[in-house]
Amino acid sequence: MPFFEAFLLAIQTIRAQKLKSGFSLLGVFIGVASLIGAWSIVNGVNRYMTEKFAQTIFGVNTFQLRRRPVFTPNVPDSVWRAWQRRPRIRFSDAEAINEGLTVPVVTAWQSSEHVTVSYNNKEARDIELTAASERYFDIKNLKIAAGRPFTAEENRSGAPIVVLGDAVAKRLFVDRSPLGRNVRIGGVPYRVVGVVERQGSILGFPLDRFVVVPALSPAQNLVNPPGILDAFLVKARSDPEMREAMSQAEGIMRSRRHLRPKQDNNFVLDTSEGVQQFWAGISRILVIVLPGVVLVSLVIGGIVIMNIMLMAVAERTREIGLRKSLGARRRDVLSQFLAESTAIATVGASFGILAGIALTLAIDKLSPLPASVSPMSVVLGVIMGAGVGVVAGVYPASRAARLDPITALRQE
Amino acid sequence: MSTIQLFRTGDTPRPDVIILAHKLTREYDMGSELVRALRGVSVQIQKNEYVAVMGPSGSGKSTLMNLIGCLDTPTSGEYWLNGQKVSDLADDELARIRNKEIGFVFQTFNLLPRADALHNVELPLIYAGLSTRNRRNRAAQALERVGLGDRMDHRPNELSGGQRQRVAIARALVNEPSILLADEPTGNLDSTTSSEIMDVFAELHRQGQTVVMVTHEHDIAAHAARVITLRDGVVATDQARAA
Repeated sequence: MPFFEAFLLAIQTIRAQKLKSGFSLLGVFIGVASLIGAWSIVNGVNRYMTEKFAQTIFGVNTFQLRRRPVFTPNVPDSVWRAWQRRPRIRFSDAEAINEGLTVPVVTAWQSSEHVTVSYNNKEARDIELTAASERYFDIKNLKIAAGRPFTAEENRSGAPIVVLGDAVAKRLFVDRSPLGRNVRIGGVPYRVVGVVERQGSILGFPLDRFVVVPALSPAQNLVNPPGILDAFLVKARSDPEMREAMSQAEGIMRSRRHLRPKQDNNFVLDTSEGVQQFWAGISRILVIVLPGVVLVSLVIGGIVIMNIMLMAVAERTREIGLRKSLGARRRDVLSQFLAESTAIATVGASFGILAGIALTLAIDKLSPLPASVSPMSVVLGVIMGAGVGVVAGVYPASRAARLDPITALRQE
Repeated sequence: MSTIQLFRTGDTPRPDVIILAHKLTREYDMGSELVRALRGVSVQIQKNEYVAVMGPSGSGKSTLMNLIGCLDTPTSGEYWLNGQKVSDLADDELARIRNKEIGFVFQTFNLLPRADALHNVELPLIYAGLSTRNRRNRAAQALERVGLGDRMDHRPNELSGGQRQRVAIARALVNEPSILLADEPTGNLDSTTSSEIMDVFAELHRQGQTVVMVTHEHDIAAHAARVITLRDGVVATDQARAA
């Protein structure tokens, strides 16, 4: 009997025995659904990380000169203390690099602190105050929705003006235009000149709770001691130019810090690679744990199917005897039962794929986690589902194929 | 029929001999003892014969039936079916012979309960490797031949006992086998239905079908033209009846 025909026959059997088949394909169903669901989350976060997250935090082709990296997961105390002992980045460092770089770049200063911003009797707490130079908006790709960013002249003169993040504008002004109004930061009034476009959120963290003031405005005292920067941002036109700028900046910093050739840098040139490595670490753990979960449910699914098939062989001994007496060869019986277990598993896997996709869409819509279905996981789900069916079917099917037709026919 | 040709080991049977059993023995090793179910049975059945095999239980008639039906192989001796020596064939070849040469009719019908009449009759053709359309046509013809042309889409539980056995007969005929091999075909039927089924066999025999029927009922065996009686694993009597 051709395998395809046996497969159709098996589908009929499954439809005839819905409840029993439903239980028997549950294991594979869960296995494949969890495979696709989990894979899709990893996949979605992965894409988010590489395409959006890293660029939101760093900007394209951008590096930051800092005392220590932005992302510092699982750092031992000793390393942390060593970082804390490093000299800070100074205005003069930034100016030296700006003058020393031969690669065309855009640069900005940046220092941040969390503060409360108020307007009349309204307050927005826990707002990230960033004291930055005028090109900060370009580097971070922050588009101005209303008003304007501040100018180089305003930055140099330390004008008390501010650009609001979307959430801050909404919180303090609701529907009115904030432009031209004075908000208070650390007791000092700042005139609002612009509002940044809504940025949304990232992994559940809101991105619109910030204000930006000129680096030399009075607020510089709120973020850092005089003459000190958190980070010096350098954006190049391309990745190779960024690499070149990084190596030049490294040379300039090492000579300013008087480091001998064998001494390590006491600063970092941080790029989005750092974040991506951090994420790659997490996703590697997921990639190790995930197959475990999937494997367990598929193994259970396989055992269930094998048991169901053994029962089916026992129940249908007479049928097997009959088929053999009508001319079925061993391989016909074998392929019939293999097809049946494969069909059960494949149907389970199909429902699992649908459930996995539904789960993915639900997660994407209802949770902060971005998830997108990976076509690879669907392909793998089908292959693994069918594979489980074949593996689980081999033993029962070979038992059926080996049955002696006379004994089988005599069975009640 | 009257002149039975003597057969010696090494001979080939005459072309009109469908079944030739020569000194067939079958022994079962039951661990402690050796059961000798057949102790040298020699039988020749010609084309278009209608033969009943009788005998008390333990006489070896089931064993002989299994050997004739190619479900089993003899311990020694030769078995020729339609000019082919089948006594030393392997499993898969025996399956092919069963498919092409033998039509089984069982006491308990042995229909697939979830399949309709048409699909039940189709089964042997599936293993013969026929295309779906071909199968449908031939199965339908076979069902019409046994008078069930209007019951093709009925499942076994929607059919009476007699109708079920007719479906089984249609299934046995669908491959145009050399022999129709019936094992107590009326054992599960009442007397009215039994005679109906016997009429079907008689009609098939009239159309040229070779029929071998195992039974322990004398009035059923009386429908056959020739009755072979087994006792203790050997042929006790082999006589043609006056029609």
